[in-house]
Amino acid sequence: MADQDDARHSRLRRQLLMGMAAAPLAGLLPKVAFAQAPATSAVNTTGLAVTDTEVTVGILHSATGTMAISETGSIQAEKLAIEQINAAGGVLGRKIKYIQEDGASDWPTFAEKAKKLLVQDKVAAIMGCWTSASRKAALPVIEQYNGMLYYPTFYEGLEQSKNVIYTGQEATQQILESLNWVVREKGAKTFYFIGSDYIWPRTSNKIARKHIENFMKGTKVVGEEYFPLGHTQFNSVINKLKLTKPDVIFTDVVGGSNVAFYKQLKAAGINLEKQTLMTISVTEDEIDGIGGENIAGAYSCMKYFQSLENENNKEFVAAFKKMWGEKTVIGDVTQAAYLGPWLWKLAAEKAGSFDVDKIAAASPGIEFTKAPEGYVKVHENHHLWSKTRVGLAQKDGQFKVVYESPELIEPNPFPKGYQ
Amino acid sequence: MFGEYSLGDLGSIFAMQGFAGLILFSVYLLMALGLAIIFGQMGVINMAHGEFMILGAYVTWLTSVFFAEHLPALFGIYFFVAMALAFCASGLLGMLVEWALIRRLYKRPLDTLLATWGLSLILQQVYRSVFGPREVGVTLPDWMMGSLPVTDIIEVQINGLFVIGLTTLITVAVFFMIFRSRFGQQIRAVVQNRQMAGAVGIDTEKVDRLTFGLGCGIAGVAGSAFTMIGSTGPTAGQLYIVDTFLIVVFGGAASLFGTIASAFSISQTQSTLEFFLSGSMAKVITLLTVVAILMVRPQGLFTLKVRR
Repeated sequence: MADQDDARHSRLRRQLLMGMAAAPLAGLLPKVAFAQAPATSAVNTTGLAVTDTEVTVGILHSATGTMAISETGSIQAEKLAIEQINAAGGVLGRKIKYIQEDGASDWPTFAEKAKKLLVQDKVAAIMGCWTSASRKAALPVIEQYNGMLYYPTFYEGLEQSKNVIYTGQEATQQILESLNWVVREKGAKTFYFIGSDYIWPRTSNKIARKHIENFMKGTKVVGEEYFPLGHTQFNSVINKLKLTKPDVIFTDVVGGSNVAFYKQLKAAGINLEKQTLMTISVTEDEIDGIGGENIAGAYSCMKYFQSLENENNKEFVAAFKKMWGEKTVIGDVTQAAYLGPWLWKLAAEKAGSFDVDKIAAASPGIEFTKAPEGYVKVHENHHLWSKTRVGLAQKDGQFKVVYESPELIEPNPFPKGYQ
Repeated sequence: MFGEYSLGDLGSIFAMQGFAGLILFSVYLLMALGLAIIFGQMGVINMAHGEFMILGAYVTWLTSVFFAEHLPALFGIYFFVAMALAFCASGLLGMLVEWALIRRLYKRPLDTLLATWGLSLILQQVYRSVFGPREVGVTLPDWMMGSLPVTDIIEVQINGLFVIGLTTLITVAVFFMIFRSRFGQQIRAVVQNRQMAGAVGIDTEKVDRLTFGLGCGIAGVAGSAFTMIGSTGPTAGQLYIVDTFLIVVFGGAASLFGTIASAFSISQTQSTLEFFLSGSMAKVITLLTVVAILMVRPQGLFTLKVRR
């Protein structure tokens, strides 16, 4: 009798426990998810945080500190993508759960939090990093523990890793076509470079200079200046611009300096309707702080602008505003961050597995047709094939697209002849 | 470098460059004045100075939004209202901070450095939570943007003139207040000998609170004025703090004359070097010069003889 009682109790207890465990999930999961989901042991052979119903990824950006200005948009885009993927049935029949960590604009913290996400939380992928410095800090950790990073920012190139998918443009993709365009359309002969003093502007300008001097005819660089990060006084360099009268001012100033630069340019009477200015560091996000009236007339080269006219983008902008408010703006990096979770989902489905090695191997060739920027494809070198565009800044803080490269541009993170 | 330009061009550029240096001088002086009062008169190292400035900038932004929505007809003059409000807001917060935090630390001046550093972090996060992590764009009245063309090349920035005027006004006002008014006499008495000042009936606590409030209020006005030339975000105050300290320390901590002299020499060096060299190099050389001079004169350019 005693045995039977025990058996009955334990069965009852097991059923109760199963019911309790399933209850919170029942409301979230469509019934089909259970039917389609392949066995956990098959899709996860390396001990990642994958259950029968859930897969965990990490979001690693600065929600506090200086970089929060820029990284907030990326966090929002990644959460939107994850929500949309979940609403469409998840990845390999599993809902995505995310653990968000704060890099706090401090590069060693990025490395530490990446380690925490990989070692303690066993996340299947990390959507994160923004500045090159934060990526360089986290990369050794991600490679050591064999994680998978989706990195959204346009950056200087000269890097490639099995463990990273670069969803933004590398420098040659962003810059070269735009330089060709400005020389062709504006008849530009002379360029003046102004940048913030760190790796990205210096490398980008080096590539631009090589292109101007070696690959185009009759064009030259008449000035090149760098200012410390956070510099707020640009009157002297503006005087130099007035003296040298370059055809094109080419800028990659970032952060608070950006705002000061355009305000002072306008105050000094340099009219951007007449003076061609081309920037590779201003998206809709930055214009929020600069003020549309201070930068109207400038050209920006990016792969994405919020004003892009295509069905994917209309849906994306509407969904983004619905989730994060009517007043939010969407810049290039925000869109690139949105691609991360989708590209990971497609790779996992192609590989039929969450294993990092299999996803890394399956990634090249992945096509994402629903991308707001149009259509993107992952290259062998883990960067994306993408178009590049030139936008003309408007008073309302949006860009009017005046040029779009006819073809997808091949990513070339180690450009020959540009180093 | 100048071979290919005509003499007329060069003349104009040097005039422009002189004006640029003057603007930079005004900006430096304006941001350093508040700190110089607090540091010089009270010996308190206020690391949150930049955050008091940004409070002024946010008040300006709020005022601009309010005027744009409710009083569009008066938008042209909102900036003056904004500056007054910025002075009050930063000044009141300063007095609150003095009452809650600083007055407990007068006997431990180095600890004020840590305490105000903590305060600056707290304020940054408060701004981030209240106003959002992104920068806000302050719309200026049209008359304040743009420039007055004098010749083809020489153009005088209106906002530059505005900053120069404002700095002159505030500097003169501060001088009268400290060296000519009864309140100033009390401040100086407390600086020279706190016990004695108390003994002759000066309410030293009240003087401290008002002095701290005054310094913070001026920081608020500076922040408000800098919305014309810089960014307004939770951490934008950090952009100013290094230059500000440099000027106050270089000038001699206890001397307002020193602050002016120091702001003038640093701004002229910086602006001239920036013209002939590149931006980063100009900064490096300016800082090296300052370090070299401070090695020879650790007390700064000017000192007051004070009995401690």
